Amino acid sequence: MLDADFFRRWMAVTAASVDREAERLTALDSPIGDADHGSNLQRGFRAVAAVLDKEVPDTPGAVLTLAGRQLISTVGGASGPLYGTLLRRTGKALGDAAEVSEEEFAQALRTGVDAVRQLGGAAPGDKTMIDALVPAVDALGESFDAAGAAAEEGAVGTTPLRARKGRASYLGERSIGHQDPGATSSALLIGALKEARGE
Amino acid sequence: MSEGTSERLVGVVLVSHSAEVAASVADLARGLSGGGTVPPVAAAGGGPDGGLGTHAELISAAAASVDRGAGVAVLVDLGSAVLTVKALLAEGDELPEDTRLVDAPFVEGAIAAVVTASTGADLGAVEAAAKEAYSYRKE
Repeated sequence: MLDADFFRRWMAVTAASVDREAERLTALDSPIGDADHGSNLQRGFRAVAAVLDKEVPDTPGAVLTLAGRQLISTVGGASGPLYGTLLRRTGKALGDAAEVSEEEFAQALRTGVDAVRQLGGAAPGDKTMIDALVPAVDALGESFDAAGAAAEEGAVGTTPLRARKGRASYLGERSIGHQDPGATSSALLIGALKEARGE
Repeated sequence: MSEGTSERLVGVVLVSHSAEVAASVADLARGLSGGGTVPPVAAAGGGPDGGLGTHAELISAAAASVDRGAGVAVLVDLGSAVLTVKALLAEGDELPEDTRLVDAPFVEGAIAAVVTASTGADLGAVEAAAKEAYSYRKE
């Protein structure tokens, strides 16, 4: 079972990964975006870690709802409302249970990913975070390890795609050949699950 | 239209990635609103670090500042501005009741919204006028 401590660790490990990879995320965002993905997410997840330390929500749902709200407030780019919606909707779907099963979490995360798809209007293959999140959610029923690998594979798989959403879509064919920064940060988020459980 | 609408004007919030763009479009729309009462207009431009971007807290504060109980029309430029307002609306308690994201061109829509709001029109009419700005061709 997964408790509030697990979800707090998930956010803390994600914040540390984003810190470590911020320069790489911004570098990926330079040729096809506006070169702020790393610094925006770094600011957002640092704020998430800080608010979770301060308020110490005591259910899995409350941890993710608060984290999502904090991302919407602090990120400043499109990744704020997108990741914020992902975590908040996932948190709401978990309700107020003190512990949730991995299966319940997988289902809730699917609800969150669907909300992101609805908010941003992106479908698989559009070269967005959805290309990492959808295969990750599909593999989450198997294991955290499988979900992390699927997200990473999805992120790498965005390289040959042509962007159909966001600023990168204005670049048309010039967006081909670059790995999508949002899919890359999504792979960090999913990859952090395994570490949060101490695997 | 119900009694007292002329005192309870629809508020307009202008959200841009740039603080200067949001403030200038607000000035432009106020300046062109004619001789009537100028409706409450607030700019919410720029990101949390003061640079280009979208700042959710500025948007919430701007919406609260123009809310006179007749509704608030929010116009946005693009990308994170659109997504942030949609996410705030989905949140439920971050924006005044009767706040609407208006799908309109930013500059022309802002002018149409402010002029219409200045007449005491309701939120639906303000929204329709702003949207209508999409149909104005320049060739």
